[in-house]
Amino acid sequence: MWDRNQMAARAAQELQDGWYVNLGIGIPTLVSNYIPEGVEVTLQSENGMLGMGPFPVEGTEDADLINAGKQTITELPQTAYFDSAQSFAMIRGGKIAMAILGAMEVAENGDLANWMIPNKLVKGMGGAMDLVAGVGRVVVVMDHANKHGVSKVLKECTLPLTGKAVVDRIITNLGVLDVVEGGLKIVETADGVTEDELRAATEATIVG
Amino acid sequence: MKKVYSNAAEALDGLLHDGMFIAAGGFGLCGIPELLLDAIKDAGTKNLTFASNNAGVDDFGIGILLQTKQVKKMISSYVGENAEFMRQYLSKELELEFNPQGTLAERMRAGGAGIPGFFTKTGVGTVIAEGKFEKQFPTGPDGAMEDYIMEEGMFADLAIVKAWKADETGNLVFRKTARNFNAPAATCGKVCVVEVEEIVPTGSLDPDAIHLPGIYVHRIIQGTHEKRIEQRTTRPAA
Repeated sequence: MWDRNQMAARAAQELQDGWYVNLGIGIPTLVSNYIPEGVEVTLQSENGMLGMGPFPVEGTEDADLINAGKQTITELPQTAYFDSAQSFAMIRGGKIAMAILGAMEVAENGDLANWMIPNKLVKGMGGAMDLVAGVGRVVVVMDHANKHGVSKVLKECTLPLTGKAVVDRIITNLGVLDVVEGGLKIVETADGVTEDELRAATEATIVG
Repeated sequence: MKKVYSNAAEALDGLLHDGMFIAAGGFGLCGIPELLLDAIKDAGTKNLTFASNNAGVDDFGIGILLQTKQVKKMISSYVGENAEFMRQYLSKELELEFNPQGTLAERMRAGGAGIPGFFTKTGVGTVIAEGKFEKQFPTGPDGAMEDYIMEEGMFADLAIVKAWKADETGNLVFRKTARNFNAPAATCGKVCVVEVEEIVPTGSLDPDAIHLPGIYVHRIIQGTHEKRIEQRTTRPAA
């Protein structure tokens, strides 16, 4: 089984040289720690920045320089700033090659739910709906089951959707699954997890 | 025409009325028009509708207007940082219209550009699409038809904005990620009032480096900003 950092490291293998990518909050943020040698990617922060750098050294924080999670960050030599309309123009316009996002539920047809639990959690979708509608490829990184042990990889989502048929690949603590015709296809299993265990832990249809 | 005013209250004089619609810049607490929000609180204007990506925190940003119950409705993409907001929303004292973040930004941009409606893929197949006009366009692979929904441009009574510098004619320069919603919000107001950290003499800004031309800006004030940090994250010194 993979831990949070191993999931992030696996997700980092999805990155290709020259890509512009957007990383969501939580485990996806950790992906930037594992960008493979020789792969140059530019991180987009949807509040208006390309070329997001690491957290600042204490004492150099700048209130005018934050990421989409409202954390203080730094700029890089290639950094460019822009307004929110332009930020989402490049997202909707398909210029961002990939988004790596967390999820509450994913369905076998690629439906994604990650923004709301009715009457319980009403925080908002932020930029997630725009990202999944616009970027070239959507990779979800999440735990395979919720804290009650119930599969989050489902035949159909039960929560309000963030996007319909938008997910391309799912990376969980148990392995990697692709959304294909008719269901999900196992790409690989995590260390110490068998294909049978992955199937047993998954509510969604697994094909092939 | 004089655009420079001496303080926020003076800059808002004659512009506020109960029930009005205000577009505000800022993302989280970054680049929010904190002085103008304070002045709206002092003015006591009620039943306000705000288009703003976030609702501030309990004691800063739009949060201060929630405390005083001056806000009737929020149009936002994310409101997770504000406990008072949640309380008022769940007890139905406050209306909330969620807009996806890019849709909110584009609604402001479109309104300012005289575009009353536009089509977007964002939100197709979700609750956001409910009740909205749908149309297909041949944007898919090999010209395949894809679904879009119509969203409306935003036309606000007033835009309140924070920039880094202005000249006396209202040309604006923003700083780093504090630009965010400030530029599109500025354009969609019938009147736009801007607070800056420094007003510089006309002619001292590089005309090629102006982020928002003064045509969008009607009133300007200079002031001292708290610029609160919401999530202070650091790494150890090397």
